[in-house]
Amino acid sequence: MAAVKIMDQEAIRRAVSRMSHEILEKNKGLERLALIGIRTRGVVLAQRLKEAIKSIEGADVPTGILDITLYRDDLTLVATKPLVRETLIDFDITGMKIVLVDDVFYTGRTIRAALDALVDFGRPATIQLAVLVDRGHRELPIRADFVGKNIPTAKHQDVQVILGESDGKTDEVILRDSPESNEAAYLI
Amino acid sequence: MSWKHKHLLGLQDLSRQDIELVLETAKSFKEVSSRDIKKVPALRGKTVVTLFFEASTRTRISFELAAKRLSADTLNIAASVSSTSKGETLLDTARNIEAMNVDAMVVRHSSSGSVFLLAEGLKCSIVNAGDGCREHPTQALLDMFTLQEKFGRIEGLKVGIVGDILHSRVARSNIWGLTKLGAKVTVCGPATLMPRGIEAMGVEVCYDLKKVLKQSDAVIALRLQKERQQDKFLPSMREYSRLFGLNQAKLNEAGSHLIVMHPGPTNRGLELSAEVADGPQSVILDQVTNGVAVRMAALYLVLGTKTE
Repeated sequence: MAAVKIMDQEAIRRAVSRMSHEILEKNKGLERLALIGIRTRGVVLAQRLKEAIKSIEGADVPTGILDITLYRDDLTLVATKPLVRETLIDFDITGMKIVLVDDVFYTGRTIRAALDALVDFGRPATIQLAVLVDRGHRELPIRADFVGKNIPTAKHQDVQVILGESDGKTDEVILRDSPESNEAAYLI
Repeated sequence: MSWKHKHLLGLQDLSRQDIELVLETAKSFKEVSSRDIKKVPALRGKTVVTLFFEASTRTRISFELAAKRLSADTLNIAASVSSTSKGETLLDTARNIEAMNVDAMVVRHSSSGSVFLLAEGLKCSIVNAGDGCREHPTQALLDMFTLQEKFGRIEGLKVGIVGDILHSRVARSNIWGLTKLGAKVTVCGPATLMPRGIEAMGVEVCYDLKKVLKQSDAVIALRLQKERQQDKFLPSMREYSRLFGLNQAKLNEAGSHLIVMHPGPTNRGLELSAEVADGPQSVILDQVTNGVAVRMAALYLVLGTKTE
């Protein structure tokens, strides 16, 4: 089973730093801006973007956590229900410019679910998408606004993002060949 | 951690991990009920029927709301207007409802074990909403959820259960659940309403309410089931109230740390004084709020399980 390191700690740090500048540039500053991380690693990345933005602008961006489990389109297909965890958004998202944050952008189904979940909380002015890795193979008409790195992949391959806060190991992004049978486990 | 049960018939059949998974899942569902839009699409297209052969307001509404907040379609059937009053058997009634492609049935029946009959005879999921004197699993789960919320843990908690233990399915489910999660349970009530051999369930028996209150972190007062007292278990209601009813004076003596729970509906002035029911130590309404979250978790888990 071949595994290739695609990004190391430094590359991830630079990508997050560049994305934070791009987010500020596109939104012309912090006004009405908010970050919402998709569990699990999107939450870590949102927190890092928040810190990067603070070091640039000197102010905090409201940051929330979204669990999309209940909005998945494959809930009736998976054998046992995935663990549901809490959504924590303690500000009103109506009228806000929301940046959704996730680690790997693949079929687009997670983001579809996240959009459904978000509109249940209010009516944001805009929703943008920031991802650390875009690996292609979209199944829905969804695109990212801010991308850390584009990685061409085959469908049978696996992209794994490892982040210190959630995985307790040094940051890295790994591309590995995975057996076909694992595909079903990664429906989203 | 994964859930492998198609039915929720009682806490006797669940492991500690199962119970903890329900409580953990319920936490997220509690957040859903606090939103402006109190609905998630998790059970869209599923049909949940509540089939109640005994009177109930709270439990039935709680289940109905839980199903609706998960986007399931719900249908309520009460025994008094059902075809069992025309002589149809329980299994036939249930089979006929199931034939209309129902995904889950929430059942309350006066016979202990009736839910097993249904679980064996039907293909849909069965959720027990109280079967005779045997179990009322979602009530115990919401009690445990409330305890966990108030104390941050269940392991090591001292919980007193007071009242008619003999007829109480709430007591039995709580004993199964609480002891599995490592709480120390003491049951208290008139000797005539104390089942013989209850110690085998891993609880202590104490007939002195004051002592139980003093040593407990939480006390669950049970409803005195007047409809089940025809056999003269008690000399008088007044005596029961004096010996086993909770009032402010008894609570003050025990200390302000104690929280008071009750599965409802309360007989005010009998097992609980009005002062206690509405007082700062009572978490009765929190229990009701948590009930919806716990039942959402139960329906979500049960309906997601595929068995061969």
